[in-house]
Amino acid sequence: MNLCDTMELEEIIREENKVYAVPELLDQSVHMHYCPGCSHGVVHKLISEVIAELGITDHTVGVSPVGCAVFAYNYIDVDWVEAAHGRAPAVATALNRLWPENVVFTYQGDGDMSAIGTAESIHAANRGENIVMVFVNNAIYGMTGGQMAPTTLIGQKTATTPYGRRVDLNGHPLEITNLMPLLDGTCYVTRQSVHTPAAARKTKACLKKAFENAIAKRGTSVVEVVATCNSGWKMSPEKANEWMAEHMFKVYPLGDLKDTTKEQ
Amino acid sequence: MIKVRGAVTVNTDRCKGCNLCVVACPTGTLALQRSEVNDRGYHFAYMANPENCTGCCSCAWVCPDACIEVYRVKTEA
Ligand SMILES: Cc1ncc(C[n+]2csc(CCOP(=O)(O)OP(=O)(O)O)c2C)c(N)n1
Ligand code: SF4
Ligand code: SF4
Ligand code: SF4
Ligand SMILES: [Mg+2]
Repeated sequence: MNLCDTMELEEIIREENKVYAVPELLDQSVHMHYCPGCSHGVVHKLISEVIAELGITDHTVGVSPVGCAVFAYNYIDVDWVEAAHGRAPAVATALNRLWPENVVFTYQGDGDMSAIGTAESIHAANRGENIVMVFVNNAIYGMTGGQMAPTTLIGQKTATTPYGRRVDLNGHPLEITNLMPLLDGTCYVTRQSVHTPAAARKTKACLKKAFENAIAKRGTSVVEVVATCNSGWKMSPEKANEWMAEHMFKVYPLGDLKDTTKEQ
Repeated sequence: MIKVRGAVTVNTDRCKGCNLCVVACPTGTLALQRSEVNDRGYHFAYMANPENCTGCCSCAWVCPDACIEVYRVKTEA
């Protein structure tokens, strides 16, 4: 038996050996209200880390949505404005135009971005507002009890599609992120996920790029995170991740859809 | 030979027992408490096999509630 095997935990758990700390910007004094295993928490962590690492904490403003992430302003310790449902990109436009020195991001669900806020989201991106739009797509209205969203998959069961979504009745899933690269105002459009450590690392890198674009005023960056709503889907968190990888990634494939920073 | 050992701390108060860290851990270090629960009634995660931990941080990356911190040491044996 070597020295390492006999090492006591107290010898390992020391400040100088710490390789992963909880993000400073995530307020540890409040409990996040999300259901156990909800993707929103992971996305919050990554945003907190990116803002801190870029050193923009004191001049970053988030715009929180209506949806489960409505209380994001209680969790990530930067300035926030809470927008009416779907209006986050319009509010972010004002914030960034009135105080151009601010770094502004929206945090929107799929109900927020691809249903009630479609117009605001498309037009902010088309105008090339210098903002980051974080789009958490869990293919359902989580907050209100799991109703069908425009992003709901064909055949997916929700509270309002108990036998599964039907094209003839409910139309096709709206892949709104696919429209964004067509707009000249967008500089960066990517679709990622956070279901594995590797996916979360990748998403963090994408968020960093998006915030750097906002700082450099390159136009609108859209970071979609294909996510789970295990409560709305009525699955365990683990099963929800598996279901997402199997079904959602087919309709919402991961990867960059546009990156003008590469062309420069 | 260089040997790596890791350890994690779990904020048991914040933990919601979602099991995602247990699934993400490649070394079978973590488990959820079977009978013990926190103030909110959740079966929180803990190091069931602490000697397995390599400090790879996989568990911490996927934890939605930022409960986990990771420590790692390298020792020449
Ligand atoms: C103007 C307005 N219309 C409708 C609602 C009801 N409502 C609250 S949250 C929500 C949908 C949220 O879904 P999503 O944006 O996907 O967020 P999630 O909870 O899934 O993260 C709706 C329709 C509202 N609060 N305000
Ligand atoms: S309802 Fe869905 S989106 Fe909302 S907190 Fe619960 S799991 Fe997350
Ligand atoms: S640091 Fe890695 S090995 Fe250790 S408990 Fe976490 S996932 Fe498992
Ligand atoms: S991932 Fe986090 S919240 Fe979930 S069981 Fe592990 S420590 Fe608890
Ligand atoms: Mg949703």
